Amino acid sequence: MKPAAFEYHAARSVEEAVATLAEVAPDQGRILAGGQSLVPTMAFRLATPEHLVDINGIEELGRLAVEDGVLSIGACVRHAAFHRPVTDGGLGAILTFMAGHIGHYPIRQRGTFCGSLAQADPSSEWCLAAVTLDATITAQSTRGRRTIAGADFIQGIMTTALEDDELLVETRIALPAADTRFGFAEFSRRAGDFALAMALVSFRLSGGVMHDARLGIGGAEDHPRRIPQAEAALDGQPPGSQAFEAAAAAVAAALDPMEDAGTSAQYRRELAQCLARRALESAAESAAA
Amino acid sequence: MAAETGTETGTETSQVLGRSVERLEDPPLVTGDARFAGDINFPHQLHMRVVRSPHAHAEITSIDCRAAAALPGIFAVWTAADIPDIGPVDFRADRASENLKPYRQPVLAKGRVRYVGDPVVAVFAEDPYLAEDGAELVAVDYAELRVIVAADQEPGEFSPGLGTEAALLTHSFGDIEAAFAGAHKVIALDLLTGRHSGVPLETRGAIGRYDAANDILELHGAAKVIHRNKETLVAMLGCDPAQLHLHECHIGGGFGIRGELYPEDVLVLVAAKRLGRPVKWIEDRHEHLMCANQGREQRHLARIAVDKDGHILGIDDEIFHDQGGYVRTHGSNVANRTMCMLTGLYHVPAFRAVTHFRLTNKTPCATYRAPGRFESTFVREQLIDAVAAELNLDRVTVRRRNLIPASDFPYRLSFDEPHVGDLNFDSGDYALLLDKALTKFGWDDLQADLARRREGGEMVGTGIGMFLEEGGRGPSDGAKIAVDGAGGVEVITGGASLGQGFETAMAQICAAALGVGYKSIRVIHGQTDRIPYGIGAHATRATVLTGGAVHVTALKLRAKALDMAAELLQAPAEALEISDGTIRRRDDAAGATMTLAEVARRLAPGSKVLGGREPGLWAEGFFNPTDTVFPYGVHLAQVKVDPGTGGITVERFMVAYDVGRAVNPAMVEGQLVGGCLQGLGGALYEEFAYDENGQPLAVTLADYLLPTLGEAPEVEVLVTEDAPSPLNPLGIKSAGEGGINGVGAAIAGAVNEAISIPGAVRRLPITPQRIRDILRAAAGRTD
Repeated sequence: MKPAAFEYHAARSVEEAVATLAEVAPDQGRILAGGQSLVPTMAFRLATPEHLVDINGIEELGRLAVEDGVLSIGACVRHAAFHRPVTDGGLGAILTFMAGHIGHYPIRQRGTFCGSLAQADPSSEWCLAAVTLDATITAQSTRGRRTIAGADFIQGIMTTALEDDELLVETRIALPAADTRFGFAEFSRRAGDFALAMALVSFRLSGGVMHDARLGIGGAEDHPRRIPQAEAALDGQPPGSQAFEAAAAAVAAALDPMEDAGTSAQYRRELAQCLARRALESAAESAAA
Repeated sequence: MAAETGTETGTETSQVLGRSVERLEDPPLVTGDARFAGDINFPHQLHMRVVRSPHAHAEITSIDCRAAAALPGIFAVWTAADIPDIGPVDFRADRASENLKPYRQPVLAKGRVRYVGDPVVAVFAEDPYLAEDGAELVAVDYAELRVIVAADQEPGEFSPGLGTEAALLTHSFGDIEAAFAGAHKVIALDLLTGRHSGVPLETRGAIGRYDAANDILELHGAAKVIHRNKETLVAMLGCDPAQLHLHECHIGGGFGIRGELYPEDVLVLVAAKRLGRPVKWIEDRHEHLMCANQGREQRHLARIAVDKDGHILGIDDEIFHDQGGYVRTHGSNVANRTMCMLTGLYHVPAFRAVTHFRLTNKTPCATYRAPGRFESTFVREQLIDAVAAELNLDRVTVRRRNLIPASDFPYRLSFDEPHVGDLNFDSGDYALLLDKALTKFGWDDLQADLARRREGGEMVGTGIGMFLEEGGRGPSDGAKIAVDGAGGVEVITGGASLGQGFETAMAQICAAALGVGYKSIRVIHGQTDRIPYGIGAHATRATVLTGGAVHVTALKLRAKALDMAAELLQAPAEALEISDGTIRRRDDAAGATMTLAEVARRLAPGSKVLGGREPGLWAEGFFNPTDTVFPYGVHLAQVKVDPGTGGITVERFMVAYDVGRAVNPAMVEGQLVGGCLQGLGGALYEEFAYDENGQPLAVTLADYLLPTLGEAPEVEVLVTEDAPSPLNPLGIKSAGEGGINGVGAAIAGAVNEAISIPGAVRRLPITPQRIRDILRAAAGRTD
């Protein structure tokens, strides 16, 4: 568990980081942010980057701000920044609740929101949030800046739309309407483990029925995604067990879950169904409150 | 009577035994001054990295070390061909079993590899990073062979002419055929205990060093059975006992697996001698999870015969024991202990167990805390629960009807097989402990409460695991105690400290017998150059065996001190007492006194008052127990099952345990609580799973799920001292394994009740997915 030799570059600005990355990307150069996934894989020598470009010293990447109705999360904003709500209302509260499910306390002090997106683990809470809440991801390279929609960014297990020479500099989430209700539920074997499945939902209520429903499932398939059939089962319906059961059943029907030695597809499907229902129930409770 | 708990700092000699005094060993551990294997360094040391087999079963067709050897910083690269004179890692002397010898593990694989992780090549380098670089350049070609991943699979070939069923072992007594023929009911269960093991915070480590000036080879990082390992190594290396010494340093957890001899221990010693440089090896976690001893994996086809009232007539069990790739230092000990402890604390007239002791292509197995007992208790208690369900009797009632009554002690269990020793249960009142445990747990009220919760739709239930432990196996241990001219007391033992508080316990026993403050006592352990014998710390015997020896020796030393003092104080020795290191007349508190330090100075070699006495205030004594001791316990669990996810929450857990006599109740409690959490790991979380090719699936702590604080219930503990052992002077039994033994049994019973399906749990660990499988199948049946 000693990593192979690598060259370390401490970037002092985004421009310097992307310039260095452009040079070293062909030699498996990698960005080092929180390092909570990359460093262990290097210790196992499953990853052997010849260069690491450390962005932790770049002050502007630590920026976490709400302006013009948008939550902006810089590349070095740690999970722990969400331990307290970063905005008023349901969004800040649900991000805080989700942050509590990420690894353990020390991991959250070091790991970053954007790094989690760049890693694209299927069980990442933040990937589920980015997809379900339609985040916009900003990538920068010596070739310039571009933005990518959350749903397009995450493409599969540990696979993203990011090019080798691009640095994910910022994630932006538009603040939802004030009356939006959120719910989240996940199941893992132990506190802090990777989720076997999780569900994030939001909806608005008017005239006693739900609209603008969003329902995302993570941890079950090779990447998180919204389930349109489940959202259709909610829109226009009053919140309650009938609509929630229907949406959860739609989740189970729509999913093509991963299967591995420890977890069957059937179990993951059942979990996703159960968690979708629970996330909806908790969103409804938050509405009642 | 319940032992007193709560920490006290008192050093009053008369009261030190049985008190929860502060531990002596804590200051370096909590201030960062401890020295673990990783902290041991010698000038010019080399670092070893082992190239391991990526295949579960294969012939080695070629090994090319040239690229590795050519890398700058690589000092040597060894294959089996470089150490042809070194034999396989041997069994401990008293475990030798001729027919198992062909199954021992070579230090480096010879021709064939038998599990993923089997050592093939050793690389020695200037630093650990270079050693890994070098290891990556070693090219080994393999031809894969048929892989066996389960003991109940068709056996195969271990080596040409040798099958993978290494032994067929039998333990029996009574007329089993008649018992089953005359039974009111026969119930059969097919049960599995999963593969798990102790995962100490500190991985293994070994540092070999050759002291050429004195011609002594040293192994640092030794643990558990230091003196026994020395004997084995002396035989393997062909040296004189005086040419090899083992040294224990601080140990970050043992649990039975740390401190056994492994190939790496032998490699660092041989390399240190032959390469002329100290050699350090620190196991990484990935290696630990595929190379250190594992355990527990058994399948039991168990049957129980009962009469109409639930009295047990007989138990018959066919066991498939998964030994993994090789037979390690314990031989077939775990399989044997499984069988002989299976009937536990019940009166069973007829018994037969047959074990298929089989090699598989997985990590080798050996002893893990409560070896054979965690497994057999699970099986026995599931059988009892099944009897209760089948006969519609209360679970507690069935247990009460079958417990060995207190009037039957000592109780002897004799087996038909002449090589299987009798078990002599020394003392006990099993029904009394059960009553106390149920009362403290509030069992009767709880049953009503949980029944109400179940009616309300919750899946909640309770379970019971009753068990017997065995400890204090001899044949003998000794100790040396010396008082120096400044009054300092040194207790030299061949015991071992695995973090259990060995130094404190020995100091308490010595302090009580000698009459000194326990904090002034320095306890030596794990150093073969300080004392030529020692039992170590394994199978819960340190406090009984070494403690017995310390007690005997301290009394001997006391007599010697009083003999000298009697002359100096002009009083008969019988009239004197020692308290806090001061000797005075018992009947004259204000009279003349002298200290042990003064006595020690008067007894110095050449002293004018020595007379005909042997010089020195020191003594050596031995404790030779006639037999083992049998503590016992009751585990009670209350769980809640989430029907949607299959998740299991342990709402309450209680360990009730009769320890005979607690030297330090807080330390006993610590042993029980720690063991209990490990038991919860085996019952609910931990599993060394393998795929059909023998690839291990749990090689990181993200996959091998140790319970953490987040999963830990507040473990309730009831320590009783109702049945002190008549076999040792202090009445001590042992505490090391009472916390883990019954956890699997109690949790399984509780889950069965929670989901209202008797006998549903067949397999440990009980994972959420397995619960969902059970619930889905049950729903399918009712649809």
